[in-house]
Amino acid sequence: MSLTHHEFWTLVHGMVFGAVFLLGFAGGLEGLWSLRPHLMTAEGIRGRALRLKIGTTAMAVAAWGTVLTGTWIVYPWYREDVPDSPRSVLLADPAREQWHHFGMEWKEHIAWISPILATLVAFIVLYYGAGLILHERLRRTTLALFVLAFSIAAVAGILGALITKTAPLI
Amino acid sequence: MTSNADAGTTGPELGDYTDKPEGPVTAAILAAGIGSFALGLLTTLAEANERIKEFLNFYDPVGPLSGKTVGAVAVWLVAWIVLHVLYRGKAVESRKELAISLVLIGLGLLGTFPIFFQAFAPPE
Repeated sequence: MSLTHHEFWTLVHGMVFGAVFLLGFAGGLEGLWSLRPHLMTAEGIRGRALRLKIGTTAMAVAAWGTVLTGTWIVYPWYREDVPDSPRSVLLADPAREQWHHFGMEWKEHIAWISPILATLVAFIVLYYGAGLILHERLRRTTLALFVLAFSIAAVAGILGALITKTAPLI
Repeated sequence: MTSNADAGTTGPELGDYTDKPEGPVTAAILAAGIGSFALGLLTTLAEANERIKEFLNFYDPVGPLSGKTVGAVAVWLVAWIVLHVLYRGKAVESRKELAISLVLIGLGLLGTFPIFFQAFAPPE
């Protein structure tokens, strides 16, 4: 059982950063959702604020890790001008070329909006900390931006998984 | 320090917490919208114009995507710094800026959608 160099970095890009991203999202979502005065004691708020900071920062770091490894390490192998690169394999088959023209073209661009939004969310949480509970409108704004960052990453992630299944990077 | 805490909210006891102005958050919200829009704009411009596409090719193995992403991140960071300086310490409410930012994010998403930006490709 072994991984090629390409497979290793594909794994880091999609699975390692992807797993941290998902964990950060789950923790952050629960934290932001329940950060409401009538649900918490003062002591609970401080503990929640710390976990919220960790969760949203982890998600932002993972989002940057995913797009940076994806664009600067994995993508050059995908688009390499050789017959067995995934891009060449997809474009050589009319039945599969839309995986490149639509799928990859969408994924490679849209993914970069996610870390920008995830960083914004992490900034708001780090800036206000426990005090975010006093700002109901901002808490709801942060929650919406957080879900948007995740949804955008989900589009890119699902397309990435499907493209890898259709034309694996070996 | 001026507070933006929601009027009428019965705040919980947070000890020695001092509330902060909303200005820096407003700046960050607007900057995120500008960065997203920049990505959509660069993606569409690169598709529409071969010279721009070549200019954005900062690194051959990555192609024009290198310039689009570096450019968008640079625009986002510069916008954030400038807006932060303008908004810091201000007790503004971010409603209007959030609406503007959401429109910009929407345009960014549109500009990075292949069916949209490929429509600007010159005829072969």
